[in-house]
Amino acid sequence: MTAITAGVPVTRLGPAAKHRSRAIRNGFATACIVLSFIIVLVPLALLVGYVVARGHQLFSYAFLTKDIPTQITPGPGMGPAVFGTLLITGAATAMAVPLGVLGGVYLSEYGRRSVIARVLRFFAEIMTGVPSIVMGLFIYTAVVLKTKNLNAFAGALALACLMLPIVIRTTDEMLRLVPAELREGSTALGSRQARTIMRIVLPAAAPGIVSGALLAVARAAGETAPLIFVLSPVYRTNRSLFHGGNTALSVQIFQNASSPYAASQQRAWAAALTLIGIVFVFTVLARIFTAIYSRRSTAS
Amino acid sequence: MVAESPSQDSAPVAHLTDGHRPPGRVVDVGFRLLAMLAGFSVLIILGLIAFSTTHTAWPAFSKEGIHFFTSTTWDVPKQRFGALAFIGGTLLVSAIALVFAVPVSIGLALFITEIAPGKLRRWIVTVVDLLAAVPSVVYGLWGLLVVAPKIIGFYKDLASDFAHVPILNTLLSGRPLSGVSFMTAGLVVGLMITPIITSITREVFVTVPTAQKEAAVALGATRWEMIRGAVFPHSRGGIVGAVLIGLGRAMGETIAVVLLIGSSTELTGRLFSPGETMASVIVNQFGEAQDLYRAALVGLGVALFAITIIIGVIARGLVARVEARAGGA
Repeated sequence: MTAITAGVPVTRLGPAAKHRSRAIRNGFATACIVLSFIIVLVPLALLVGYVVARGHQLFSYAFLTKDIPTQITPGPGMGPAVFGTLLITGAATAMAVPLGVLGGVYLSEYGRRSVIARVLRFFAEIMTGVPSIVMGLFIYTAVVLKTKNLNAFAGALALACLMLPIVIRTTDEMLRLVPAELREGSTALGSRQARTIMRIVLPAAAPGIVSGALLAVARAAGETAPLIFVLSPVYRTNRSLFHGGNTALSVQIFQNASSPYAASQQRAWAAALTLIGIVFVFTVLARIFTAIYSRRSTAS
Repeated sequence: MVAESPSQDSAPVAHLTDGHRPPGRVVDVGFRLLAMLAGFSVLIILGLIAFSTTHTAWPAFSKEGIHFFTSTTWDVPKQRFGALAFIGGTLLVSAIALVFAVPVSIGLALFITEIAPGKLRRWIVTVVDLLAAVPSVVYGLWGLLVVAPKIIGFYKDLASDFAHVPILNTLLSGRPLSGVSFMTAGLVVGLMITPIITSITREVFVTVPTAQKEAAVALGATRWEMIRGAVFPHSRGGIVGAVLIGLGRAMGETIAVVLLIGSSTELTGRLFSPGETMASVIVNQFGEAQDLYRAALVGLGVALFAITIIIGVIARGLVARVEARAGGA
């Protein structure tokens, strides 16, 4: 490795001054590296601090359940958005998780290292990088323009497109950690591949798959851009997935943030606190499931 | 659950020796086909996205031709749609974001892999994950109501300090009336893409063979010399890939940018001016758009889709090459 010999100044060892300059350079680099950690930590702390400080006053049970008042009216009310976020994200999860797990099963159990599987894996990764606004435009042009309906289901479709590649990739990765002996044992006992997958492989990888699904839910619940084209706003709770407009916490934060009225901005902060709470809970749950899975697979 | 034929529960071995067709075969093949279809759903959806958006945008593409990308005239009443100003805005915001995010991300990844002890390491990874989990709209809210009003004074100071330095005086000017500008949007987007660049860079650094790092230290290298001599040469391609993935995210970032960039359709290099990116103009103008106007906005989405796919293919290719080399070694 020529690079290493170039970087290690064996010949330069000697004079004390050289030693000192190397030590200084090393100290400076180390300081920069530690500094970059602080540069990231401070804004995160500030962001969470502001959201909690400004959002907690209005945050209450009434805030989570009451209808949304007009822009200038102070007071709580974000119920329709809380319900909308749960409805839309829930419907998206119901579509994306089964499809994504099946897709991951194909990659890990049938496709394995074949060219097709590698191409699909590659494009699943590419798809996670497609901007969420493009998913919104896609559902708008492919579904909303045809049905002329702005409803929660269109929003759920857009979020499902975002979640799908995440679920496929994590399922694929988790299934590949399942020891081959389990599959061989099941096959030796006479099970067909489908039965082996359903009864042996998927249960073994369940905590890992759940973790991936939770991360996808956390990502989708916070998304705004795909929803604003495909939802027509409502200010009262709409329990229907297919009839009438709907709203979501993220959409309400977006609209209220640019409102000139203090009452609206106040509700935006409290809604942000609610949304961050939901997203962090899902992220932490995902980490717990990952920990369970990795402990189980290292133990076996 | 997939339906299972009851015959599966009886011993299949007996059936096999009977010379009958083994039971459960239909279910097995059906499951396989279903899984295959689900696996191909990614390609199907990407194809549908390309087709459906391009189809809707086609009137604008065919009317403007290459001018869609080269003209700065975005005149709705005259039905002229040249998107150059927004393409420029996207590049400007992404460039600002990368300038801040790349050094910090590489530093943070080095901190995690080379300096932090085990327990602290896991804690930092959690912090970075949370940073990535904060929704875009919350960054936008914080940027608009907290950062922007506080940062105007700083912009004004910079503008007056560099008022007589050529180039910098144009760059660091604008109308810092409210804090929303290319600069504010770029700074916040930089913070938003730091976690993704950090986590990919970290994965690349982990693939550096321990033997090479130990060899460098054994030869008397300081930690920094070890990083320069063993870690960086091994990871160069992977770092470029990580930066490109960050670039893709920055270009597609929408809601935070909409809130922080102000909305001005003028092409400018003044960092403290309000502007518009491809993604933000779609959100800002979509509500009122009809027919050709709407086609032009969807056309911006098509361009964004194409750019992020191209960047993604190059970036993932680079990262995959580094990881494959580590796996093969």
